Amino acid sequence: MATISLDKVRKVYAGGVEAVKGVSIDIADGEFIVLVGPSGCGKSTLLRMIAGLEEISDGEIRIGDRVVNRVEPADRDIAMVFQNYALYPHMTVYNNLAYGLKNRGEPKDEIDKRVKEAARILEIGDFLDRKPRQLSGGQRQRVAMGRAIVRKPAAFLFDEPLSNLDAKLRVQMRIEIKRLQETLGTTSVYVTHDQLEAMTLAHRLVVLNHGRIEQIGTPLEVYEKPASTFVAGFIGSPAMNLIPVKAKDGRLHLESGEGLDAPDGFGAEHALLGVRPEDLQVDADGAENADALSLRMKVIAVEPVGAESYVHGRVAGVVDDVVVRVPAKAEFSAGAELNLKASRDRLHVFDAANGGRLNG
Amino acid sequence: MQTKRITFNNRWLPYLLVAPQLAITLVFFIWPASQALYQSVLREDAFGLSSEFVWFENFETLFDDPLYLSSFKVTLVFSAGTTLLSMGAALLLAVMADRVIRGSTFYKTFLIWPYAVAPAVAGVLWWFMFNPTIGILAYTMRQLGYDWNHTLNANDALLLIIIAAAWKQVSYNFLFFLAGLQAIPRSLIEAAAIDGAGPQKRFWTIVFPLLSPTAFFLMVVNIVYSFFETFAIVHATTAGGPGQATSILVYKVWRDGFVSLDLGGSAAQSVILMLIVISLTVVQFRFIERRVEY
Repeated sequence: MATISLDKVRKVYAGGVEAVKGVSIDIADGEFIVLVGPSGCGKSTLLRMIAGLEEISDGEIRIGDRVVNRVEPADRDIAMVFQNYALYPHMTVYNNLAYGLKNRGEPKDEIDKRVKEAARILEIGDFLDRKPRQLSGGQRQRVAMGRAIVRKPAAFLFDEPLSNLDAKLRVQMRIEIKRLQETLGTTSVYVTHDQLEAMTLAHRLVVLNHGRIEQIGTPLEVYEKPASTFVAGFIGSPAMNLIPVKAKDGRLHLESGEGLDAPDGFGAEHALLGVRPEDLQVDADGAENADALSLRMKVIAVEPVGAESYVHGRVAGVVDDVVVRVPAKAEFSAGAELNLKASRDRLHVFDAANGGRLNG
Repeated sequence: MQTKRITFNNRWLPYLLVAPQLAITLVFFIWPASQALYQSVLREDAFGLSSEFVWFENFETLFDDPLYLSSFKVTLVFSAGTTLLSMGAALLLAVMADRVIRGSTFYKTFLIWPYAVAPAVAGVLWWFMFNPTIGILAYTMRQLGYDWNHTLNANDALLLIIIAAAWKQVSYNFLFFLAGLQAIPRSLIEAAAIDGAGPQKRFWTIVFPLLSPTAFFLMVVNIVYSFFETFAIVHATTAGGPGQATSILVYKVWRDGFVSLDLGGSAAQSVILMLIVISLTVVQFRFIERRVEY
């Protein structure tokens, strides 16, 4: 059990590429933090720096009260679950779990007790004599987790541990990881590019982009109040619609002419109006309302996903498709014109220049 | 393994396709091998004018001959020495090259070069360096108080051919070890580092076991090499001497047959060598072709 704190951590590679550009996070004891972002955003590098597998170019990382910048991975009291599991192929499952304890000179009966205990928790007791190659993907994943929990470390580090599993198993393992972390209460840092995984697992999310933190917050905070257009586009599926608007005389005008009152204290001339697909309603009469956003959309495709459907369409002046989430039984056909409405308090306003959030 | 069955329309085509390979095998292997088998039970005079069928007398003579038995021993020592030295050096170099980040292509290229050197040239190279009169290494050793003379000292001579033969094989082993090392996922080493294993421990508990299939393969290849492909090195450095101290089996076959003109005895020796090759091949097929997969 330990806190982890990162203070202005930077990573510059030999070629001059700056992968992590000054990241500060304070992770509470027992907290489940998910680092999420697109590939190349520096999330894995950051995790590997916490693990001690990458050198820290600048800044400070503390685990508990100790600065670990110059501490070997073995001495940081952390355990890591790798994307490819990194199980020792020539050792049995038992020895895979016991390896870390043996290296630390634990007595044999203690090792045996802890391996059996971990095997019981993860339900891999039947495979202890097998080699990793004789296990399925899900079983290997469990062994990898077992190797982490058997050492009772101060923190777990997960590097996209579920990305090699099929969709069904991924959901199952996701729930197990969550349950396991809740039971053990061990501080965890989890890296993923999958926003669904991030939302469901995290106590707090850290959204990274180009080596910088875009936003830190609980999954709902990040979803309800994305700090930037990047976060708005990354968290949530289908992504938030972003509609360019011009501010004039205290009102925001769409390219197509429709408008609505600008939020208080709004100063920018150009802005992006964000609206989630579920916040857009199909409105039969299409009457303009000063307090709501109204759009006219021409339907180009409908994607039924079972419980609901996503209607993709074009709105004048918006480059990307606008997506509306509708009940599954609603029927729309390509080419139809729809009037859409979104209530004002469901709108997100972003600065068109730097992408930052403008409304509270 | 499941191989696809291919059906040919013309029933002679498949035979035609394998004919070149069969012809080569027949002319260059089956025929000489059967000749060796046949001659090993004959006694022939030096001019080949008369021959006499003697059953296994040539073999009996061989195994009563202390020189032949000592040649066997020399070959075993030579083979073990060459294999150990070349594999050990290659593994060490491969581990170091694996760690090199800058200029690794440069190192690798230079480490591979000895393999391109002809065996006789390799032999002469080491012969010069160890030459008691003009050799730089012999001179250095004399300065250090060891009187190196492979022309008089049997152990020195054996060591010389071991070094020369191993040196040439290091490149080959190096390539395989390096490929083997690079095939080990980095995350395994990292996981072991997090699991509290230091570099030494990681090498012996993770890297080395994972390299063992490669090492076993190389061991067989190196034994075969030292048994059968080192004639030129021996011939160019010690010529089997002093006395018969470095006369390994293949060298003795040639010397007894073509210098001493004991054709029957030489043929019998080559039959024994053939049996050794066959058993090594069986080992290779049994244990190596059945790939160890993790």
